[in-house]
Amino acid sequence: MGEGLPSVLIIDENATRASIIEAGLAAAGHNQVTVINEMRGIAAKIALHEPDVIVIDLENPNRDMLESIFQLSRAVKRPIAMFVDRSDKEAMQSAIDAGVSAYVVDGLRQERVKSILDMAISRFNAFSRLERELEEARGALEQRKVIDQAKGLIMKSRGVDEDTAYKLLRKAAMNGNRKIVDVAESLVMSARLLGDEGS
Amino acid sequence: MITELSAGFLPLTDSAILIAAKERGFAEAEGIALNLVRETSWANIRDKLAVGQFEISHALAPMPIAANLGLTPFDTRLIAPMALGLGGNAITVSNALLARMQEGSGFSGLDAAVAGRALADVVAEGRSSGEKPLQFGVVHPFSGHNFELRYWLSASGINPDRDIEIVILPPSLMADALASGQIDGYCVGEPWNSVGVARGAGQIITTKSSIWASSPEKVLAVREDWAGENTETLHALLRALYRAAEWCGQSANHFELASLLGSSSYLDQPVEFILPALDGSILGMSAPNEGRDFFQPHARAATFPWQSHALWFYSQMVRCGYVGHSAEHAEMVRKSYRPDIYRAALTGIDVPVPSANSKVEGALRETTAVGASSQFLYLGPDGFFDGTIFDPDGLDAYIARQAD
Repeated sequence: MGEGLPSVLIIDENATRASIIEAGLAAAGHNQVTVINEMRGIAAKIALHEPDVIVIDLENPNRDMLESIFQLSRAVKRPIAMFVDRSDKEAMQSAIDAGVSAYVVDGLRQERVKSILDMAISRFNAFSRLERELEEARGALEQRKVIDQAKGLIMKSRGVDEDTAYKLLRKAAMNGNRKIVDVAESLVMSARLLGDEGS
Repeated sequence: MITELSAGFLPLTDSAILIAAKERGFAEAEGIALNLVRETSWANIRDKLAVGQFEISHALAPMPIAANLGLTPFDTRLIAPMALGLGGNAITVSNALLARMQEGSGFSGLDAAVAGRALADVVAEGRSSGEKPLQFGVVHPFSGHNFELRYWLSASGINPDRDIEIVILPPSLMADALASGQIDGYCVGEPWNSVGVARGAGQIITTKSSIWASSPEKVLAVREDWAGENTETLHALLRALYRAAEWCGQSANHFELASLLGSSSYLDQPVEFILPALDGSILGMSAPNEGRDFFQPHARAATFPWQSHALWFYSQMVRCGYVGHSAEHAEMVRKSYRPDIYRAALTGIDVPVPSANSKVEGALRETTAVGASSQFLYLGPDGFFDGTIFDPDGLDAYIARQAD
């Protein structure tokens, strides 16, 4: 490695997340970044790349195996410890909160590793934010479906058009100081309970 | 007032006491709301304990010892004020290896000495014909599995470093690895042996309770500083866990417990894979009742953190070369298990607690009544399948002898 930047190995079975971290590190000038999505034969791969830093997803059930590879030091000839400074609980806490764990070759200077770890943490956070937004978008779709169902029920029972049905729904929500989707949900649910659905 | 405690656990049958404490109201009765968090690796449990995301955790019995000896990435000191039961592991081998083991001896049953001899024959044969060593999986280097597997191999005349290759795998992947021929056997907690048998990957050939009777597998791990600052909460927790252990130990509750453990938030496995470890019907090919001591959550002071248990694990850590032996290390290990806290917590509820902190492992051949704080307490049988004893007062000699 010499004077260059530390080499980084990213182990993540989630290929999307791994590439997001990789891109972030590349943008920060790291040119020795390898991504592994598959645990099989991991010892040989680590031996081949001899990374200075390993970044791994905390939910990867193979972390115990990975640590024993380090301990046996067969694949990795240098001693490895997790994080740079054992006493830096705050850094560890934020890494764990983000769902990332980092293993670092002993003796690598802290400031050289910190940027990598910070990058990984922010990318992991960004990824989980993306996932959450996706989840919310799915939720929004579901909400629209419920509102459509409620409109349909009102149209049928009152014999009104769609626009009027929506206005009735909105009025009921405003009067009750509730969200439209909540009113729609209770409408659909009571219709189901009363066996009106589809009738 | 309700105190909230977060606890990590791995999906294993020996998380039973923690799960029963929450689900059957024992924790609540002591003013504790247990937040149980399912984890995917022991490394996660250790890390989250160390940085304070968990106050307490289901932990491998050697884990607090390894942490205090400086063998883990954190300098956080951990203690074990309670064990979470005795036994609970087994060794499973592939059908192919079993067939070879049975060729010569025709062995059956779960007896560790018989199984060890049969395996030693296969290993000797493999060495003389230049086969590559058999591979066995365990879940973590600092685990009861690793140490009891190695002890069993050594005492059976197999060198665990030269004749066998021991690899680390997550419990949930063991059965698949065995079925696909990646490994020849494994030592793991339940239900992962029963899962392997049910999938047709192999058979159970012996159990932890046959290798080392009345031996601890998981402990309750807490940070030492947290324990110091939260004495009353910890005492309340230990009382709740003691009551939960009592409940888990009653055979009338086994089916309910198995259903509880099997639910999707805990082990997420069918009841029929979990029940055999609880009711003692665990077997591959053994005689009825042979597995009755397989997992003991309550009787025989099953939750008492014997310092002799900690010292035995330490003796094996020295044997494996993980740590050097010194009087300071031994003292550090002794202080990692805290029978004093256990005793202080339970004095109020009039249950029998051992008066000693250590015992000679292997001294009791039969179940024996011993002196306790109140009433009688039945201990044993305990000790090792090869008939040797471990006297914690003779630690130096024991360590010197095993180096030969």
